Amino acid sequence: MTEAADSIDFVQLLDQAGRRVEHQDFAYAGTDADIAARLRDMILARRIDSEATALQRKGELGLWPPMLGQEAAQIGSARASRMPDELIPSYREHGVAWCAGIDPIDLLSTFRGTSMACWPSRPKNFHLYSFVIGSQTLHAVGMAMGMQRDGLVGNEDPDANGAAVVYFGDGATSQGDVNEAFIFAASYAAPVVFFCQNNQYAISEPIALQSRIPLYRRAAGFGFPGVRVDGNDVLAVEAVTAWALDHARAGKGPVLVEAYTYRMGAHTTSDDPTKYRKAEEEAEWRAKDPIERVTTYLLNAGAIDQAWLDRVAVESEALAERLRAACVELPEPKLEDSWHQVYANTPDLLENQRTEYLAYQAAFEVN
Amino acid sequence: MREFKLPDPGEGLLEAEIVSWKVKVGDQVAVNDILLEIETAKSLVELPSPFAGVVAEVLVAEGETVEVGTPIIRINDSVEILGETSEEPLVEHVGTTTVTGNVQDDLGEVPVATPDASGSMLVGYGAKAGSISRRPRRATGTVSVSGPATDQVHESYDTATPVSRHTDDVTPSSPLSASPSGEQLPQPGRPAREVESGRPPLAKPPVRRIARDLGIDLTQVPGSGPGGTITAEDVVTAAQGGRPSTGDRRVQLKGIRREMFRAMTASLNVPQATAFSEVDVTGTMELIENLRGRREFAGLRISPLLVFAKAACLAIARNPEINSSFDEATEEMVLHGDVNLGIAAATPRGLVVPNIKRAGRMNLLELAQSLNEMVAVAKQGRVQPGDLALGTFTITNVGVFGVDGGTPIMNPGEAAIMCLGTVRRKPWVMGTGEDERIEIRSVCTVSLTFDHRLVDGEMGSKFLADVATIMSDPGLSLLF
Repeated sequence: MTEAADSIDFVQLLDQAGRRVEHQDFAYAGTDADIAARLRDMILARRIDSEATALQRKGELGLWPPMLGQEAAQIGSARASRMPDELIPSYREHGVAWCAGIDPIDLLSTFRGTSMACWPSRPKNFHLYSFVIGSQTLHAVGMAMGMQRDGLVGNEDPDANGAAVVYFGDGATSQGDVNEAFIFAASYAAPVVFFCQNNQYAISEPIALQSRIPLYRRAAGFGFPGVRVDGNDVLAVEAVTAWALDHARAGKGPVLVEAYTYRMGAHTTSDDPTKYRKAEEEAEWRAKDPIERVTTYLLNAGAIDQAWLDRVAVESEALAERLRAACVELPEPKLEDSWHQVYANTPDLLENQRTEYLAYQAAFEVN
Repeated sequence: MREFKLPDPGEGLLEAEIVSWKVKVGDQVAVNDILLEIETAKSLVELPSPFAGVVAEVLVAEGETVEVGTPIIRINDSVEILGETSEEPLVEHVGTTTVTGNVQDDLGEVPVATPDASGSMLVGYGAKAGSISRRPRRATGTVSVSGPATDQVHESYDTATPVSRHTDDVTPSSPLSASPSGEQLPQPGRPAREVESGRPPLAKPPVRRIARDLGIDLTQVPGSGPGGTITAEDVVTAAQGGRPSTGDRRVQLKGIRREMFRAMTASLNVPQATAFSEVDVTGTMELIENLRGRREFAGLRISPLLVFAKAACLAIARNPEINSSFDEATEEMVLHGDVNLGIAAATPRGLVVPNIKRAGRMNLLELAQSLNEMVAVAKQGRVQPGDLALGTFTITNVGVFGVDGGTPIMNPGEAAIMCLGTVRRKPWVMGTGEDERIEIRSVCTVSLTFDHRLVDGEMGSKFLADVATIMSDPGLSLLF
């Protein structure tokens, strides 16, 4: 159950009909060309997501958490960040990964079961998916405190500053970890943007049953600002996140951004949302589609045309094909690699263990 | 020719039911076109086609349940010779340009991943890259914007029509008030100790587990933990029959009580049987009234117990086994020449059983005097060890407590104990034949517990019947 539309008080810069809206505190700084780039991101991210969903249905992936409907929240927030910001995802941030430059093939390997750690987090400052609900908020606060100590916060030159953006859902706000992270971040004025994608459901539990107040208002109790933004409006998300990041980078402490959005698909491919929500509710949210409103705006503004859309369509189809092909060719994990994922220099004990295991494994080979 | 095997659409599911086919033999299908709908233990899902081509064969009928991994459909991708089964990898190499989101400044010139047209088109849908057939777009309004480039997939996973049936009608819960509502927080300080009645017992799950394993009812276990919670120790104590500390008083068993404990425990080594008899004691009550009026009995307390004691002594004369004991050393039964008649007495210090020596040789007056003396001594707590020793038979008068009867336990070393219940006015059938009628009479229950090793059922019953006869008609004592 979501709140009635007229009761929603959030920052919106592009309404669902594709019209720009003024807001007293926030404005989108980019050009129409930037907006078109966001549209392309959203279309491709959605295509990655839908192809992965289809791959799961074909038996090629064990599981997939679809992000259908949350493209604006992810693309907008990710595009507001830049190096040396740290991006700490939960497990549904396929759009953020796309923006960070993670090859979508790498996203698939965890869900295909061929790898535990699918990409190095350092080069892009995009960290590994976290499947433990809310635990990554604590990691993010720790990273942010490290950035403070590394002198990456509050410098005169804003380009020298950085912050951590940590992604979590509405359900995670009920976790102790998230609340502890809020407290630590507030106490140390750590440069963290807590980016909560309120997609209305903690699997099947509606957010209204978990919080008596809108989530963004919780921040006030911890002593830092909280802002609610239309999570299906990529312009507003980017503007609000950019402000929040500047706030954090400048050493003013954490910000909670609640991106008010909707998970149009299932929680994961193992879930069946029709068992706990109604078709009318889904229809209401489909009218707020984050991609359609941007397309409408850009077409009406003349910034793009049908040919542009067709080109992106071809591109996304090629991307989907590449995913289909590469997914089945993901290399099987090798036992010998299991010992080299944690330590920079493998300790002798583990090295010996590895030797023993490989000898044991070799004893089984029948060739 | 391609074969699509039933995938596991959930996590660790083993089988699924084929609900409906969305394609039939001869249909042209593209990659990601929906082929069929299946129902698993978790949900109803649609399965998209991994292949493009023509449906050659549907291998499983609707309504059938098949295991994961079972081939369910054959699709002719018109690349290989019909009928030849393919063991090649699902997809051969498709050359592409790596596309990631890093590129964002080249709006006008979007990099496009293009299939490598020069080769690797031997199998699979790679050959169809760039020419994927799509359903026509719907024209809606001035600006037609449908799901960009991915209609087929989106249509199968979007929420326009539910992917599954509603298994039940979900009733949305009303939103909570958006304003914080201030519930009173618990007051500081120690919570009340006592456990309210009707409240479930407070115990942690491991403690509950211990209680279940030991067969202990937690509601019967007083808690000694904080706030009256039940600890594992409490449960173990309860299981050992002990009483946990809370609210309990511990009394060291000393003296008389310790002796009672010892004697009664020792008595349980003896196989015992109990017989009952309900007796019309109206005659006894009349006799008592008579005796109370006589001068020689003046100042003596006369109760049914006196007549009962006398009756026992008389009946013992006819049934000597009742007044016997067992000599373990010689394995001999000792039939006592005298009746040392024990009377169980409740005293402030506990149960004592002093006995009237040689009671069988006493007349009624002597017996009454001895009884009175003994009761007085017992009440004063001045019973001497000699009064307690050498008893041969015991009477217990539970009637003074208003109870109807009981199964007494023998004094160790004796062969029987008799119990006198309270005397009540009760309807009683009198007379015989046409004279039969109900009258209100004084009635009491007597019972006899005997050592079944020395006294058999016949002996015990005869003795009890003799006592009952005298009690009901004291005049018949002349026969004894």
